[in-house]
Amino acid sequence: MNGCPAWSFPGGLVLDGHKAESTREPVAAAPVPPVLVLPLQQHIGNPAVPVVEVGQRVARGQMLARADEYVSAPVHAPSSGTVAAIEERPVPHPSGLAAPCIVIETDGEDRPHPDCRPVPDYEALDPSALRNIIREAGIVGLGGAGFPTFIKLNPGPDHAVDTLILNGAECEPWITCDDMLMRERPREIIEGLKIMRHALRARRCLIGVEDNKPEAIAALEGALEADERETIRVCPVPTRYPAGGEKQLILALTGKAVPSQRLPVEVGIVCHNVGTAAAVYRAIHRGEPLVSRLVTVTGPAMERPRNLEVRVGTPVSDLLALAGARTTDITELIMGGPMMGFELASDAVPVIKTTNCILGLDHDPHRQAAPVRPCIRCGECARVCPAKLLPQELYWFARARDMDKVQDFHLFDCIECGCCAYVCPSHIPLVQYYRFAKTRIWAQEKERRKADLARRRHEFRLQRLEREKHEKEERQRRKKELLKKARGGDEAAKQAAIQAALERVKTRREQQHAQARNVEPQTEAQRRALAEAEERRRRLAGDSDGGDDDAV
Amino acid sequence: MRFEPRHSSPHLAPVGNVGRLMFAVVAALVPGTAAAAWFFGPGVLVNMAWCAATALAAEAAVLRLRQRPVRPALADGSALVTALLLGLALPPLAPWWLPVIGAAFAIVVAKHLYGGLGYNPFNPAMAGYALLLVSFPREMVAWLPPGDGGLDLSAVLHYSLAGTLPPGATLDALTQATPLDTLRTQIGLGRPVAEAMASRPDLFARVGGVGWVWINGLFLLGGLWLLWRRIAAWQIPAAMLGALGLLALVFWLLDPARHAPPLFHLFSGATMLGAFFIATDPVTASTTPRGRLVYGAGIGVLIYVIRTWGGYPDGVAFAVLLMNMAVPTIDHYTRPRVFGEEKGR
Repeated sequence: MNGCPAWSFPGGLVLDGHKAESTREPVAAAPVPPVLVLPLQQHIGNPAVPVVEVGQRVARGQMLARADEYVSAPVHAPSSGTVAAIEERPVPHPSGLAAPCIVIETDGEDRPHPDCRPVPDYEALDPSALRNIIREAGIVGLGGAGFPTFIKLNPGPDHAVDTLILNGAECEPWITCDDMLMRERPREIIEGLKIMRHALRARRCLIGVEDNKPEAIAALEGALEADERETIRVCPVPTRYPAGGEKQLILALTGKAVPSQRLPVEVGIVCHNVGTAAAVYRAIHRGEPLVSRLVTVTGPAMERPRNLEVRVGTPVSDLLALAGARTTDITELIMGGPMMGFELASDAVPVIKTTNCILGLDHDPHRQAAPVRPCIRCGECARVCPAKLLPQELYWFARARDMDKVQDFHLFDCIECGCCAYVCPSHIPLVQYYRFAKTRIWAQEKERRKADLARRRHEFRLQRLEREKHEKEERQRRKKELLKKARGGDEAAKQAAIQAALERVKTRREQQHAQARNVEPQTEAQRRALAEAEERRRRLAGDSDGGDDDAV
Repeated sequence: MRFEPRHSSPHLAPVGNVGRLMFAVVAALVPGTAAAAWFFGPGVLVNMAWCAATALAAEAAVLRLRQRPVRPALADGSALVTALLLGLALPPLAPWWLPVIGAAFAIVVAKHLYGGLGYNPFNPAMAGYALLLVSFPREMVAWLPPGDGGLDLSAVLHYSLAGTLPPGATLDALTQATPLDTLRTQIGLGRPVAEAMASRPDLFARVGGVGWVWINGLFLLGGLWLLWRRIAAWQIPAAMLGALGLLALVFWLLDPARHAPPLFHLFSGATMLGAFFIATDPVTASTTPRGRLVYGAGIGVLIYVIRTWGGYPDGVAFAVLLMNMAVPTIDHYTRPRVFGEEKGR
């Protein structure tokens, strides 16, 4: 199609897509629930800091928590209501732990905040001003990682962006929210893309879509206006998991392999998710911060798998009800896809900005019947690894806790796509081992940094002590030198000076003796005692040197 | 509603398992095994049965001693594959203790003393074979002539169990050297290859030994099926057969009188069995794509060297064991460049 470039990334798997189930009906808006729970951390970076108080009335789109430092994103009210609490609540996270959240009791009015106004002419804006609007709108990567978008729209002074890629590959089975977005709102994506292009000053734009989504490709193609076709291309890529991996998609579309451990911007490419582009469009053209998103609710345990436009903070249980889930059949409730998502411990957790899919699986017996066997080094994992790693060796060293070796074998190039574990005939949970090794190395790194800091402080202290010693020695040396210089002068003058000094001491002593101290007020008895003391002193002064002892 | 998270991603049930791989290997062995039984009699199957029974019993016993679960290990079929490969490599008329010692050594020493499945550095079947070849050379080189061998199942079993042959038959009269062995001896005596082969039409067909061509051909067929199913890595057999064929071709072109033609090497002895079923044992082979080429080529070269200048008529076992030793080194130097890694790093 339209001469799109096409390369092939290494490894990967052709998986059963299960996309048809949830694309049968159009996207519907999920009702606003009575209570919204908004975790302060829905993104990569520092958690947001609340700027509202309990009991405060808030409107839709009003900022509830501000970004904390650079890598962070604010959180906005998805509907109007009252802040009911700011407290720890269970959040969707692999750990299953609770985290600080802002809880809003909605009032059903869905009243928008007056500050939510569109930007009239974004092209007149400086990229940095544009980035700031996007930052203030709380937009983060909607593909799953949740990295603050404004940072990825800032290539910095050292890099020029040649190509802006929109990721519409959506390669994981079951998930279709990007697919539906492209089908139903292609214009929002393209407008968002143009805003991003303006911020990045990119030369050309490519929208990569897996070729199992012909409707989405056609919709995007159809939505492109004639003058946009020059610089914006919709590029089908072969359906092979993980085609939607950032580096895999970049390779497939441009032939450029982003260097190991580097960012795409270093080869002049920036990649954003299609959903993120649509969110940028809404923030600029409609003045809406990121308060809702499309979520696929699907899986064999759903009567009515579908896509819903959901307010952030809506409980997962509401979505399950809207999809007609047979909750008792669900053996694994997954947020995200079956390859990279994580299991939820409860359906009481809220949808967050990065929630693309709620997947209810009901087939566990397979996994029960598959005991873990020793690795037979068959190498299937290496064949399917999209990062061209040797998963069998990584596993070996991770198991042996050889953290140096595991890094030698490029552990940190692993994108945790799960291909290796999927094909492993010994059913070894390989990805789990890699996560374990990564966490351990991070912990070690932290320890090491702490130790480094302590060591540096200690060294600095030693250095300071040494310096002070030197300075002291230097001062003493200088003083001695001065003295020496003085001694080298006129001997007679010195003698005279000494004599003069002695004279001065003598006269002063005599004066002291002559003077009566503590003159007033004195009683008669005191005066007498003083006179006696004076008498004794005078006598003693007339005595020999040894007289001191008697004087005591 | 609460759920119990049990797995981290991926959540899809894994495809395939070790057992399925091993039983596919067994299935792929069937045609070649049938040909071997056809040409060399029921002794082939008797050997395999002895090996299988010993190997499974040894596996179970050792696992119990090591306090490991027995059932999944027996079910994965790895001990069975080891046993069948060893059984196929043994001479078709052998006393019972030969397969029993070989299989027991393969499982107990070569496999489990090193930690069991996945940890053994040496191919267990070939380690068992090498032990037998070194310890019992007389029994190991006494092969039956192609054809039905004149012995039925009961006669073979009699010999296997009691060491007695049917009246009138002697072991010396029944057995003879293999074509590879015979040709070696003849070349050693200074006879030209063509003449030596022409003088024994009972032993030599046009490209290889009588019967051996069929056996190798059918193992090749089973092997290709394994490659097509992606159960064996193509690099190993391709490199091994390529290296063996190329070396044989070069020497044959240089001096056809003193060197057997390449096709003879490819379709004699254990060449195809070795290339597709023995050298491809994933545990003991190299795991990197380039490493597998080096590993396979090394085996091919060693087979030719041992057959031509070494002390044994066939060299698959020793070639495989020698290259097993080289695997860690090969793997170290053939690591693939990871995605986005610059050249020369």
